[in-house]
Amino acid sequence: MDKILVSILGLLSILFTYWFFFMKKQNTVEASGSINILVEGGYKPDRISIPFGQTTKLVFERKDSNSCLEEVVLADFKIKKALPMNEKVIVEITPDKKGEFDFSCAMGMFHGKLIIR
Amino acid sequence: MTTKRTFYIKGMYCASCVYSNEKALKAIKGVKEAVVNLNTGKATITAAMPITNDVIKKAVESVGYEAMIGATDKEDSLDEKIKKEKTKELKNLQIKTSVSLILAGLVVWGSSPGLMNTAPMILKNMVNHLILASIVQFWGAYDFYKAAISSIKHRLANMDTLVVIGTTVAYLYSAAVVFYPGFFESLNLKAEPYFDVSTVIIGLILLGRFFEAKAKAGTGEAIKKLIGLQAKTARIVRNGKEIDIAIEEVKLGDVIRVRPGEKIPVDGIIIEGDSAIDESMVTGESMPTDKHKGDTVIGATINKSGSFLYKATKVGKDTMLAQIIKLVEEAQGSKAPIQRLADVISSYFVPIVLMLAIATFAGWYVFGPAPVFIHAMLNAIAVLIIACPCAMGLATPTAIMVGTGIGAEHGVLIKDAESLETAHKVKTIVFDKTGTLTKGQPEVTDIIINSKVKNQKSKLQLKSQNEILQLAGSIEKFSEHPLGEAIVKKAEESKLSFRKVERFKSITGKGVEGLVNGKKIYVGKLLQGSKSHSGGEDLKNQGKTVVYVYIDNKLTGLIAIADTIKDTAVEAVKSLKDAGIEVYMITGDNKQTAEAIGKQLGIKRENILAEVLPEEKEKKVKELKSNIQDLRSKIAFVGDGINDAPALAASDVGIAMGSGTDVAIEASGITLVNKNLMSVVSAIKLSRQTMKTIKLNLFWAFAYNVLLIPVAMAGKINPIFASAAMAMSSISVVTNSLLLKKQKI
Repeated sequence: MDKILVSILGLLSILFTYWFFFMKKQNTVEASGSINILVEGGYKPDRISIPFGQTTKLVFERKDSNSCLEEVVLADFKIKKALPMNEKVIVEITPDKKGEFDFSCAMGMFHGKLIIR
Repeated sequence: MTTKRTFYIKGMYCASCVYSNEKALKAIKGVKEAVVNLNTGKATITAAMPITNDVIKKAVESVGYEAMIGATDKEDSLDEKIKKEKTKELKNLQIKTSVSLILAGLVVWGSSPGLMNTAPMILKNMVNHLILASIVQFWGAYDFYKAAISSIKHRLANMDTLVVIGTTVAYLYSAAVVFYPGFFESLNLKAEPYFDVSTVIIGLILLGRFFEAKAKAGTGEAIKKLIGLQAKTARIVRNGKEIDIAIEEVKLGDVIRVRPGEKIPVDGIIIEGDSAIDESMVTGESMPTDKHKGDTVIGATINKSGSFLYKATKVGKDTMLAQIIKLVEEAQGSKAPIQRLADVISSYFVPIVLMLAIATFAGWYVFGPAPVFIHAMLNAIAVLIIACPCAMGLATPTAIMVGTGIGAEHGVLIKDAESLETAHKVKTIVFDKTGTLTKGQPEVTDIIINSKVKNQKSKLQLKSQNEILQLAGSIEKFSEHPLGEAIVKKAEESKLSFRKVERFKSITGKGVEGLVNGKKIYVGKLLQGSKSHSGGEDLKNQGKTVVYVYIDNKLTGLIAIADTIKDTAVEAVKSLKDAGIEVYMITGDNKQTAEAIGKQLGIKRENILAEVLPEEKEKKVKELKSNIQDLRSKIAFVGDGINDAPALAASDVGIAMGSGTDVAIEASGITLVNKNLMSVVSAIKLSRQTMKTIKLNLFWAFAYNVLLIPVAMAGKINPIFASAAMAMSSISVVTNSLLLKKQKI
């Protein structure tokens, strides 16, 4: 009896895990000029749409002591910035290409997306 | 006289901070204007008279902030902050690691079957185990919890999530056993806690983090070293007086005095004096370079011998050092194509491991031997703990950090990780000839005395080659022809004094002539009707230009002039060929000259592309590229970067030599700061070594997870061993990257 229960619960937990992590609704935040990005257990917001050809200030502020998040990498723009705790770090970019570009922590554990429109 | 000062103010968070600082600065006597920027933390004051640092500091302090004068930009103060934070973090980690490991050790001593008997009574008590384990769980692993919870809020999972779930399960189960032993006994389970599992896992993972953090700090050393090279002050000459000022205050055109042993503050041109300068820290060139009036000097290099004055031509962010730092920083911020796959995998990795752990639990519960719950729990924990996403995340970036850093130390600047990755596939290298393989300046290579004249025992007999050189040099001093310059230069180098010349005449397209001591001297092409000298043909076959020297219309000597190959060229070509690379040479020279130079260098005849116009170089490179059968093998072009930009850009990896100009950096994937051709070999070697390290790291990280997760699922790994393996795996990846430093490039 308990074995059947564990099997069912196990299967449900797996489905829940899948739903919880992989079926997130993605919200894209439109930014122009400047946007604050909170770095805490990830990036918030993590999908940011910015205009093409215009300089946008991405203001990162880290509130999470996890060493994974201590640097942010915008590889397509060749930017790597250290983010000291509770400090606003400004990353200025003027995109010269359109599309979706990943940004992540230095170890690639946490991700965000820049959508250049 | 108005002066402008810029500095940084620390501790501003709001618009009102800006206002109070501006007010305080404006209140300083003599200050006309003060502008404070909240975003950058930068403050600029304009004053009618010089304001001392102390006055500024006091004014800022009076409103509760700190002025940082002399910091080149905000990065510096940020760097300091990061450094302090890192030190604190390491210290904190060290304390947590040692305490957790000691407590874990006590729990193990008091609970494992073999050792238990030797332990004091107090350590055998399960309640005491609970207390020790709670400290480790909630104090030692506090940061894991914090990180795991904040990511769960974003519906994200990471390394910490795995550790937290694994150890919490073990801890909670054990705590329940301590409080309700009867319940477990009624289920036919031994009332046995697993505090050893939770504590040792946390202790070992903390230990792993500690070593990892220490090792990771080592990967960024090169850039710190580069930043540290910068001089702090400059001794400038103003109004006839020499004064020391902060390097940030040096302006374009300032005249700077550098004494022996001193660091050169910014880039510039020598206007007085000579010296030997050690440029190794910037260019990687080990021999000191002799510098004279008119030569350029690079900031952050060291003046070895003489004292000299020079004019600043590049300051602040435009100096070569600043450019190098920027380039290295950018390269370290870029991603190698090879990393993309690792990125995709690691973003799905942790949730998949969570699902596998649940499956493991259910599988062991349903099909496993009794006691099913214990087996299911321990094996699921082992799956959570053995998984190591960190190793995958660290594999590429740490190697790129170390690789680009080593490159910079050797004067090899890599534009981005992609160039570094492409360079290891280079199987064909095309060298531009002039200025790259050769010095780019004609030099006198041979002087032949016409022995026939000598044998005639004429009065015109010349005793030595020096005499020919002296006569030719005296005449050529009046000409502006590049070949003439080479003769004059050689004569000067041989310390010959020039003779007085009368009735100098330049015969266009032929040569020059004049009277020395009443004798008619002609230097130039072979005169019509004059008999040639057999040596002349030989020299021409070697690709040299021959100049004939006549005294009173008799051919007396021959001077051969050629663009000579660089000292390191032969060795570099050989090393590249030994490394399995096909070497080509491209030049606008005629076939004969090109082949002669190619022969000296050891380049195959069919690989010499002669008589190629500058604008055709790009086309030739593209042609070669399309001829390569193997799509994986790449082509590199090495040039000076100024007029070769299209060819550099057309190749897979453009390598610009001996030039720090923006054009060159833009068009090339790799910039070599020095003119030593062995740097090309270094760049290729560096790329191959770095890629080898990355591949090994990635292989290790993937193989580790792919092999050990199923083993853990099969119940073959004890959770404690799993945590040790996990800690080792990320340390080994970082250590492997650091081993790159030991490689000879």
